[in-house]
Amino acid sequence: MAIECLVLGAGQEVGKSCVVVTINGKRIMFDCGMHMGYDDHRRYPDFSLISKSRDFDHSLDCVIITHFHLDHVGALPYFTEVCGYNGPIYMTYPTKALAPLMLEDFRKVLVDRRGEEEQFTSLHISQCMQKVIAIDLKQTLQVDDDLQIRAYYAGHVLGAAMFYAKVGESAMVYTGDYNMTPDRHLGAAQIDRLELDLLITESTYATTIRDSKYAREREFLKAVHECVAGGGKVLIPTFALGRAQELCILLDDYWERMNLKVPIYFSAGLTIQANMYYKILISWTSQKIKETYATRNAFDFKHVHNFDRSLINAPGPCVLFATPGMISGGFSLEVFKQWAPCEMNLITLPGYCVAGTVGHKLMSGKPTKIVLDKDTQIDVRCQIHQLSFSPHTDSKGIMDLARFLSPKNVILVHGEKPKMVSLKERIQSELRIPCYLPANCDTVHIPSTTYVKAHASNAFIRSCLNPNFRFLKRSKEENSDQVLRNTNSTALLQVNDERVAEGILIMEKGKKARVVHQDDLLLMLRQKKHDIQFGYCCAAQLDNLEETGNRDGALSHSDKCSCLQLLFKELSNYFSGVNIQDLGEHLQVESFQVSVCLKDNCPYRIIDSPRKEAPTIFFCCSWSAADEKLAREIISAIERFNLSDNLPCKNSK
Amino acid sequence: MKVTCLSKGSGFHFPPCHILDVSGFRILLDCPLDLSALTIFSPVSPSPKMEEEEQTYDFAVNNCLDMRKRQKILKSLICAQPWYKTPNNLHLWDPSSIDLVLISSTMGMLALPFLTQTKGFSAKIYATEATTRLGQLMMEDLVLMHNEFQHFYGSDSGSPQWMSWEELELLSPALRQVALGKDGTELGGWMPLYRSTDVEDCVKKVQTLKYAEEAWYNGTLLIKAFSSGLEIGSCNWTINSPKRNVAYISGSKFHPVHAMEFDYHALRGNDLILYSDFSSEGVLTNDEHYNNFPASTTYNSSTPRDCSTDNDDRILKECLLRNDESLEEREKVAFICSCAVDSVKAGGSVIIPLNQLGIVLQLLEQIPVYLESSAMKVPIYVISSVAAELLAFTNIIPEWLCKERQEKLFSGEPLFSHPELMKGEKLYVFPDVNSPELFWQEPCIIFSPHWSLRLGPVVHLLRRWRGDENSLLVLEDGLDTDMALLPFKPLAMKVLQCSFLSGIRLQKTQPLLEILRPKVVLFPEDLREQINISSSHSFPVLYYAENETLDVPKSRGNVDLEIASNLATQLSWRKLDHDDDMDIARLGGQLFIDGGKHQVLSGNKVSDKPLLHWGFPDVEKLLAALSKMGVKGSVEECMSDDAESGSDGIVHIHEPSKALIEVRATRTVISARDERLASLIFEAIGTLTDGI
Repeated sequence: MAIECLVLGAGQEVGKSCVVVTINGKRIMFDCGMHMGYDDHRRYPDFSLISKSRDFDHSLDCVIITHFHLDHVGALPYFTEVCGYNGPIYMTYPTKALAPLMLEDFRKVLVDRRGEEEQFTSLHISQCMQKVIAIDLKQTLQVDDDLQIRAYYAGHVLGAAMFYAKVGESAMVYTGDYNMTPDRHLGAAQIDRLELDLLITESTYATTIRDSKYAREREFLKAVHECVAGGGKVLIPTFALGRAQELCILLDDYWERMNLKVPIYFSAGLTIQANMYYKILISWTSQKIKETYATRNAFDFKHVHNFDRSLINAPGPCVLFATPGMISGGFSLEVFKQWAPCEMNLITLPGYCVAGTVGHKLMSGKPTKIVLDKDTQIDVRCQIHQLSFSPHTDSKGIMDLARFLSPKNVILVHGEKPKMVSLKERIQSELRIPCYLPANCDTVHIPSTTYVKAHASNAFIRSCLNPNFRFLKRSKEENSDQVLRNTNSTALLQVNDERVAEGILIMEKGKKARVVHQDDLLLMLRQKKHDIQFGYCCAAQLDNLEETGNRDGALSHSDKCSCLQLLFKELSNYFSGVNIQDLGEHLQVESFQVSVCLKDNCPYRIIDSPRKEAPTIFFCCSWSAADEKLAREIISAIERFNLSDNLPCKNSK
Repeated sequence: MKVTCLSKGSGFHFPPCHILDVSGFRILLDCPLDLSALTIFSPVSPSPKMEEEEQTYDFAVNNCLDMRKRQKILKSLICAQPWYKTPNNLHLWDPSSIDLVLISSTMGMLALPFLTQTKGFSAKIYATEATTRLGQLMMEDLVLMHNEFQHFYGSDSGSPQWMSWEELELLSPALRQVALGKDGTELGGWMPLYRSTDVEDCVKKVQTLKYAEEAWYNGTLLIKAFSSGLEIGSCNWTINSPKRNVAYISGSKFHPVHAMEFDYHALRGNDLILYSDFSSEGVLTNDEHYNNFPASTTYNSSTPRDCSTDNDDRILKECLLRNDESLEEREKVAFICSCAVDSVKAGGSVIIPLNQLGIVLQLLEQIPVYLESSAMKVPIYVISSVAAELLAFTNIIPEWLCKERQEKLFSGEPLFSHPELMKGEKLYVFPDVNSPELFWQEPCIIFSPHWSLRLGPVVHLLRRWRGDENSLLVLEDGLDTDMALLPFKPLAMKVLQCSFLSGIRLQKTQPLLEILRPKVVLFPEDLREQINISSSHSFPVLYYAENETLDVPKSRGNVDLEIASNLATQLSWRKLDHDDDMDIARLGGQLFIDGGKHQVLSGNKVSDKPLLHWGFPDVEKLLAALSKMGVKGSVEECMSDDAESGSDGIVHIHEPSKALIEVRATRTVISARDERLASLIFEAIGTLTDGI
């Protein structure tokens, strides 16, 4: 069993996210995005790699979309309606609600403005969305008997989610885009501590560490305020969803605080309608905004009005949100043409613009002229403010997430190769997790954990739960060192409870494997236990026995005890770290038992001629096979001991 | 596993309540309040503002005789600050012994603050997000409405006078039965209401869940909530323990109008079902009353069984999803709407003191439609301290609504139309009747708590309109109407009493259980008469009764264990001598119990020598085996003085060095100075005995 990860998009690049993962035979497609930078076949992931026969229904178990951005959902209508995938598709509620808006907006831009042949129609979009199953955060959904999926809050845009998928014992997380710090209207990503074989994470900011967002927000507000105070007009080209609402919350709040009366406009009906979605889905926003639902929904903007085309050249300051972002055409371009030549005006640009758009031209250098086509060129005299907040996690966030989840493997996607390489090194050196950077169309193989299943008997489980105490003693020297280092004296005795599971695994033909306790086995076999033990009676030197007791060899009880105690002391010194128990009549180490032997003729006294020259005392030992090695060590130690050295001169009556 | 039914409850507002002992954990299922018992208290006199109006408006028949009569009636109710009735049996359990509380619906939450404020209570409480929010609003509303009593009577402490036996003796039999219960033991269930700080504190302790979110308790129990359809946010529970999977089904609706549908698929494959939907208790008679609708073809359990199980399932499913009940419910709502329109047409006002959110939302949407179609312009008021927040809340919870409502989200419309109605000045929301902004216009339609007719604005409104025969009061079934209306008599206004479905129809119970295929079903004794489910089914049915503990016999003896594959591949297998089909191996490792799973991962090393032996080594054979290994010795037949066994033998080994083997019936002792020799002997014995 293994995990196989085929990267169809966003491998060592940003755009058309699409990863197909096979876990224990189940195949999941994560995201189905399109590349905004290409107009040819490279725009879509190469779906033929999934199935040569293009029988996607049988080769995929489900499609999961993490959020509504086009580079994550853009190819979905094409995949379902043109390529013919009919299986289940999962998204969070907000993604299902907002993705069609994005797709429709994009389709319009393609067809109406660029005059391109359309890749999919409005009908395709609505038919595609019919197949989508909406899920809630943390809802654990059983796709079929084996495959389980779950969404976690990712914070990137409204409804963005990281997805957990599990088949049998193998589990993985695909993050999509996420943000580890809360922003104006969304919370930070949240996930449980999971046991994972694989983490696939975005790495847009693989090497950047960003400071607080508030400074940049203040900068933006200051620029806007200065512009309108000077009677200028502010153009904010954005896409309908996400950034528009975030900036609007920011401005609406600022207007309220500063008591500004300058109108804020939304260009298309689309964005106003988008606000309705945000109002209903307010529980997916940050805690602070969420709580406003009862009093005044934060997406009920007070200062925002609809924009009318006639207002473009109306006198007086204003702020206008216009689609599309990046000024790639449409209304935002129309307004740009009018406003750009006036130096009082301000244009704010999003953090990222695709090459070829007016936005991209404005960002690269400080152009004074923009050439649209051979007939039109625009003088740019207005101010340009670049927004630099991006709802992606920075490298610290990626490292934090990887550290928190501690998966067995990490795959990086959705980033730029050189930066990803350095992040990969960090993950491998700092976290000691194998990390991969597959390029598009590459496959990564990862072994997955598997388990052998068996029934366990109650006696076995109980025996495993029994405490197994080990008392570790520190030797004196060690302890004094400790005291020197640490004024608080540490405990002399350490108690350790390392429980051991030991049982017997039984495989019987036609039956499920069973694990039983050894007593169960005997019962089952109707057999009696036959103990095989080892015994040995060894001698230790004892010089001044005459002085201490009677010479008949029959030691009194107290002598017996004191001899045993002496042995205990010697052994404890000799075998520090081994837990020796003094049980009065005998000493015990694991199964090894030793007691004073008083028999004249002990059968286990194998050696014929005890050294007559020195008085000896015999210790009878017994042990079981498991502790053979230990027992032999102890015995050879005992035979070397001379207990008399330590024998106190007592009993001298 | 043990189940104790603390209370079977009654109707929508008082759900059942159980204690479940499973895998050593004690789980309390729901913690409801019996608010219908409030009717034994007299409502307080109207507030000054309303009283004036009432006096000017009060009916013409207001003569002395009537006044006296009325006071007498009032006297028969208890004039005191009301206490609240909790399931009496709940108090027999030590709150500190409860490990878990599962709340299925807002109604099942209302007594929770009593529990959370007790000392020693430390259970984990699970409820869905929506239930918690709605429950909090309901409890806050309850506290606010109760405050009116406090203003009237002042805050007294200690046991109230009405609870003394002398006073209880004076009560009418009907009242006494409510106060003491049928067997006269329920006085202990009465509690003085919690304060708003208690509610706050209680809600903080609730761990909120989404539908189908996995919650692990103590790494052993897996708790999940699945929609029950009864009300927005209400749920059924599954509890997976290592030894048994339990599904708890409380009142559930297949075709809710707003709430998410009853997710019965998710309850499939559980070992045990605790069926706790009492809604159909005694319904048979009621059913006839309502059956103006074509009789639904009931599922016939004698359908030939030769069809495939899939087909079988399909038939069962069809039966479950037959939509007759929701049609019926819609007709009821339509009937209320048309009655309301008739009343306002005649110049009367309509009071709707319903607390079922689902019904209120339906009426709020339907009544304006009816008004419009009959060209009536009449204001609709919602008067409740929490109404504004409640209505706002319903519009931001698409995840908890049924498919049809979710479609509204996907098409960008508001989930419910009330914001539109409020904007269009058709609907007004006020926190209470004394709100300064309340601009009164009659006739009107008013939604206002509380359904018990003892608390909240409804008391004042009833006093205002009870004499107007054109006015209409919509009441819920399940309330003792005579007692409920007692303080408002004489009553000239019309009363429309309606009952709403609050659970699974009896004829659907059987197919439901068949689809869920449990190994055992716990079913209410009280419903046994009404439905015969024991025959022709593969699963046994155990019947439980109120206040009895049912011991459910063990089902699975074994725990499922997972052995890490790296450990499993290192096992050294051994065939048993006398049994070819059985292989055994010694398994050693570390046992981890987490997420309800038992996993053995490699840990301590297993000894490669067998540690457990059985059988008996024959001394002669032993000698022979030893000599093959080059070990020589002789047997000394032992005249054992201890009568252990005749077969004892002692083997003396001479070569290669001296050693001794003592063979007894259950024990062999090897004694050798030389370690290698000892292990040779051990091996030899191993060949003569079985071991692992």
